[in-house]
Amino acid sequence: MEVFAFLFDGFAIAFAPLNLMLIVAGVVVGLFIGAMPGLGSVNGVAILLPMTFLVPPTSAVIFLAAIYYGAMYGGAISSIMLGIPGASTAVATTFDGRPLALKGQADKALVAAATASFVGGTISVVLFTLFALPLAEVALAFGPPETFALMVLAFATFIGLGGDDISKTLFSIFIGLVFSAVGLDIISGEPRLIFGGLTGFYHGINFLVLAIGIYGIGEMLWTIEVSQGEAMMSKATVSFRRIINILKELRSSARTMVMGSFLGYFVGILPAAGATPGSLMAYGIAKTIAKNPETFGKGNVDGVVAPEAANNAASTGSMLPMLTLGIPGSPTTAILLGGMVIWGLEPGPLVFVDHPDFVWGLIASLYVANLFALLINIGFIPAFIWVLKMPFTILAPIIFVLCIIGGYVPTMSMHDVWLMLIFGVVGYLMRKLDYPMAPAVLAIVLGPLAEPALRQSLIGSQGEVMIFFERPISGTIMAIAIILFALPLIKIVRNRLKKPKLNA
Amino acid sequence: MRIAELVMALAMAALSLYLMWKSMELPIGWLPGRGPGGGAFPFWLSLGMFLCCVSIILRWIVRASPPSRSTEPYMTAQTVKWFLLVAGSLTAMIGLIHVIGVYGAVPLFLIYYVRFLGRHSWKMAGALAIFTPVATFFFFEIALKKTLPKGFTEPLFYPLYDIFL
Repeated sequence: MEVFAFLFDGFAIAFAPLNLMLIVAGVVVGLFIGAMPGLGSVNGVAILLPMTFLVPPTSAVIFLAAIYYGAMYGGAISSIMLGIPGASTAVATTFDGRPLALKGQADKALVAAATASFVGGTISVVLFTLFALPLAEVALAFGPPETFALMVLAFATFIGLGGDDISKTLFSIFIGLVFSAVGLDIISGEPRLIFGGLTGFYHGINFLVLAIGIYGIGEMLWTIEVSQGEAMMSKATVSFRRIINILKELRSSARTMVMGSFLGYFVGILPAAGATPGSLMAYGIAKTIAKNPETFGKGNVDGVVAPEAANNAASTGSMLPMLTLGIPGSPTTAILLGGMVIWGLEPGPLVFVDHPDFVWGLIASLYVANLFALLINIGFIPAFIWVLKMPFTILAPIIFVLCIIGGYVPTMSMHDVWLMLIFGVVGYLMRKLDYPMAPAVLAIVLGPLAEPALRQSLIGSQGEVMIFFERPISGTIMAIAIILFALPLIKIVRNRLKKPKLNA
Repeated sequence: MRIAELVMALAMAALSLYLMWKSMELPIGWLPGRGPGGGAFPFWLSLGMFLCCVSIILRWIVRASPPSRSTEPYMTAQTVKWFLLVAGSLTAMIGLIHVIGVYGAVPLFLIYYVRFLGRHSWKMAGALAIFTPVATFFFFEIALKKTLPKGFTEPLFYPLYDIFL
């Protein structure tokens, strides 16, 4: 019952005129960002975070969460209309969304995507509401060893579930952590890693510099390279009567929507998993359990519904560890977590105690954002299609300018702008060689939390590393982390054992 | 692609060694009563980076990773051209911000990008070059109270400060 009282207070905050306006604005911006090929929620949140200094932290996080939410809805639009995923989270939507559009049923695909997103969003927000407080209460008992073990777990998920080259993933994690150590040593206060004696390094490397560099400049360079071909736009006209008919048809997809929602939510909680694998897994399961799996890939509406429900549910799921444990569940929530630090909030379970208005205002805003995203998405489909026609050579320079100014504003230092350009260019060159970038962003956000937790734990135990394994909670978390680290190795051994059998 | 994979791994290995050396400016071992030294965290992580690079190079030798097996070019001539034009113009814009400020460099960049790279009309390029700095000024300088660099054009803004701030 306590939860409902908090949630009620949260709604009072979410419905405050400023916050309501920010929810609507955030959803609209998010929908457009999500719909633009090459841009997803992480790019939008990274580039626009510096703009939120105008409003109080609660309003700022409400705005950014609405962008996150809107982008999850918007990603489906270009997947269906252009056949190009608006973001990686909408890749699976292309598989059946595009064939539906090519068959002249783009409207059906768009309405199905929006409805599934709404169902996924609603189920996940309810789960979020129910799980958040109990998990935060458990986390309140965490000491430095448990906190550090959680960080290790977050990184282990990238190794175990990320699916990228392990050496390159580890490299990405390590370099992010090293960059997070630049500046003043947190315990002795001595300068550390001041490259070339440049004074700009004394204040450390702001996570936004890396995030905007990689997700702003690097992503733009990447998109410029891959979008050199012309895309073919499908046609869609949506009428009220047609929407009602489609909604009636979608009743048969209810089971798939619910499955995608639950799956997406729980996959979203895992740091390395998130919305992209969540949606792909949901698509796979929908196909497996379908009565007519052969129609998948040829325009089966369940193939749109499952990934769309899952990616929205995952976006909410990824906020659960961010708020309760101080561990982001996705790159976007990593940036939100960094934002919390900038706004003067300490990420972790204490936020529930010290700043309940922030937490419950955010949770309630997710309910509201979900509803607005559905209405705006369906109501403004022609507007989104118009934006998709906007030449990239107009959009790209505007985003570059936003990146440059966004990189300058947090620290008011041109040093950071140059650093951001270097990160963007090098990040782009590394991405071409399959170096994953998300672990580095996660690491630079978690580094300032992981290092003190590690050092405090070791000081407390007189240098005995067994402290992480002897305490029940940290020991359990570490055991899971070790299993995740070993997962790729187990896969290799299993494949080798299978091969001789196949050859025999 | 294969050569690029090796060059990148070697460059990152060199960076890792530099970071290890740089971390050693502070103690990297155990300090009695004070725990791990200030350099320990970055030092051991940089060592981890270096070992990852060694692994990437070993996988390159046995052609285990996709880029080390790839026969595709790392960048086509067209991509190199676009990359240099875009990254070069960004570098020029940031460099110009030091001299003529945001409100001089941004319009020049937009005109260059929209008119010459994008081949849009002068009207479109001009409209963006005027609208973007004006919106930037009102949002950042007036609403957010964040002063952006103006280089030698700073005195030109004094009358605007008097009116709006």
